Amino acid sequence: MKIEKTALAGTVESSDIQFTLSASDNGIQIDLDSPVKDLYGKQIIQVIEDTLKAYNIESVKVKAIDKGALDCVIKARLVTAIQRSLGMDEPNWEVL
Amino acid sequence: MRKVISLKNSIGRELSDDLMKKLDYKPFESTEIGNPVVQRVAPKVRVSTGNDKLTTSIKDVVRETVKDGMTISFHHHLREGDFIFNMVMDEIIKQGIKDLTLAPSSLTNVMNDKVIEAIKAGTVTHIESSGMRGTLGEAVSHGILKDPVILRSHGARARAIENGDVKIDVAFLGVPNADRLGNANGMTGDAAFGSLGYALVDAAYADKVVLLTDNVVDYPNTPASIMQTQVDYVVQVDKVGDPDRIGSGATRFTKNPKDLKIAKMVNDVIVHSPYFKQGFSFQTGSGGAALAVARFLRQSMLDKNITASFALGGITTPIVKLLEEGLVKKVMDVQDFDKGAADSMKNNRDQQEIDASWYADPDNKGAMVDQLDVCILSALEIDTDFNVNVMTGSNGVLRGAIGGHQDAATAKMTIISAPLTRGRIATVVPKVGTVVTPGDSIDVLVTEVGVAVNPKRKDLIEAFKKVPGIPLMTIEELQQRAEKIVGKPEKLQYTDKTVAMIEYRDKTIIDEVKQLKD
Repeated sequence: MKIEKTALAGTVESSDIQFTLSASDNGIQIDLDSPVKDLYGKQIIQVIEDTLKAYNIESVKVKAIDKGALDCVIKARLVTAIQRSLGMDEPNWEVL
Repeated sequence: MRKVISLKNSIGRELSDDLMKKLDYKPFESTEIGNPVVQRVAPKVRVSTGNDKLTTSIKDVVRETVKDGMTISFHHHLREGDFIFNMVMDEIIKQGIKDLTLAPSSLTNVMNDKVIEAIKAGTVTHIESSGMRGTLGEAVSHGILKDPVILRSHGARARAIENGDVKIDVAFLGVPNADRLGNANGMTGDAAFGSLGYALVDAAYADKVVLLTDNVVDYPNTPASIMQTQVDYVVQVDKVGDPDRIGSGATRFTKNPKDLKIAKMVNDVIVHSPYFKQGFSFQTGSGGAALAVARFLRQSMLDKNITASFALGGITTPIVKLLEEGLVKKVMDVQDFDKGAADSMKNNRDQQEIDASWYADPDNKGAMVDQLDVCILSALEIDTDFNVNVMTGSNGVLRGAIGGHQDAATAKMTIISAPLTRGRIATVVPKVGTVVTPGDSIDVLVTEVGVAVNPKRKDLIEAFKKVPGIPLMTIEELQQRAEKIVGKPEKLQYTDKTVAMIEYRDKTIIDEVKQLKD
């Protein structure tokens, strides 16, 4: 599946993360900005990749502005952004 | 590649052998100071009748006093409102003076850019301080200085000045009032900040003492905290600082439920400890939870009909209120964190100004911290050995100050109050990035999920275990709980170069901070 419609979810408040999804011309591209990148960068990217995979998304540009969000928050915000982009009304319950 | 040989101190921190030898340091062994006999030093005095001190020219004073290779000092009582530091450093840089050691009582954010400029110009090549943060902390952590910064507690700085480890050639001290001979205090004037505690040591031991003030008053100025017998120059300037930024304004009680929960638990710990009895003493410090503790403690003191003999340290408005209510008999004041506390000093005889030596110098004939029953301190990190870091952030960058942390931790019961996690950063960790205060000094950790008592304090565990408001856990349980929430962080990458040495109170080295890999 490809992301074509730009969508946004989350805020830049402390402990939150803001995702902007847009069309990509080169598979999955993740741009992560985080104050804890040195410590948790790999783990955050892993959560993003796993969540995209669960929705079978193979092409998307992900811009993530992290403010120290926990994994559960990262996943929730990304799922919302994906649904908004794909125009889904209901979450994909199996993913949750 | 050069091989770095390291040795370990008694709490297992690795120290660079060559640096320890070069700087004549010994590794930290224990918190016990003992009864050594120490020799103090005395300053040089240029004899004068005192009629030649008043000037308006910083330029002339710098030219006459500051030479290459000297040690200069400042105090940080004007905090983020300080104009003096940048004013004086500007002139020193302009005159092309090189290779200075900068030895202020601490460095605040407003000084950062000027320090970096002075380092780049070769004006400052060494720094000795209580701490540093912001852009300067970043620059030093990435190796801007050739030699390591020496970091000391407020008490240890007094010790180092008194015994000559730090020999201040010129002290530049901003004051909110002074007469033409240099009698000055911190209590009145536009830039009043209350206690001059940290500056008094500089005034007593520097070879040259330069006061800078925007408020020259009639001679003789009383009460005089700094005396004319100590002062070489009085420089009249436009403004010594921005009153709005010297201390925080009206103290607001936190509404943060996490802070309140921690504060209530801290209070429960105090009240159920053996120290909560008539005439006890305490130090709280600033910050949301600490201020809230004062409020809970007030109620407990009223309920149990108990008063405190003294409150110590950095003073805030809630502490002054306790003094006014008679719940605290004396406030022993080394610095004032807010305007209410600063203003109160001139009106209340029981709010006694004390210098850093009286407050916390370990090499003393008795410091106030040694009389302290209960102390509440904060932490960036605390590990399962109860060692505390208040110096480096989770990213390894210098972003704090020792302040009185090591000193006040000698209290009979030292409580660390801290949230279990901050954002995605764990506060309770397996091993702190930098040890500032050894776990041996720490008795209780209070977080919002539970209280951990240092296992060596069996008496406290016994005292707390049946109290419903004190959920006792082991510190390992708290650490695992934090890790479950935030995950396991990757390891930071450092080079072999040491960017800062952390002294313990007795001049031994408790830890080193390494340069971060870019």
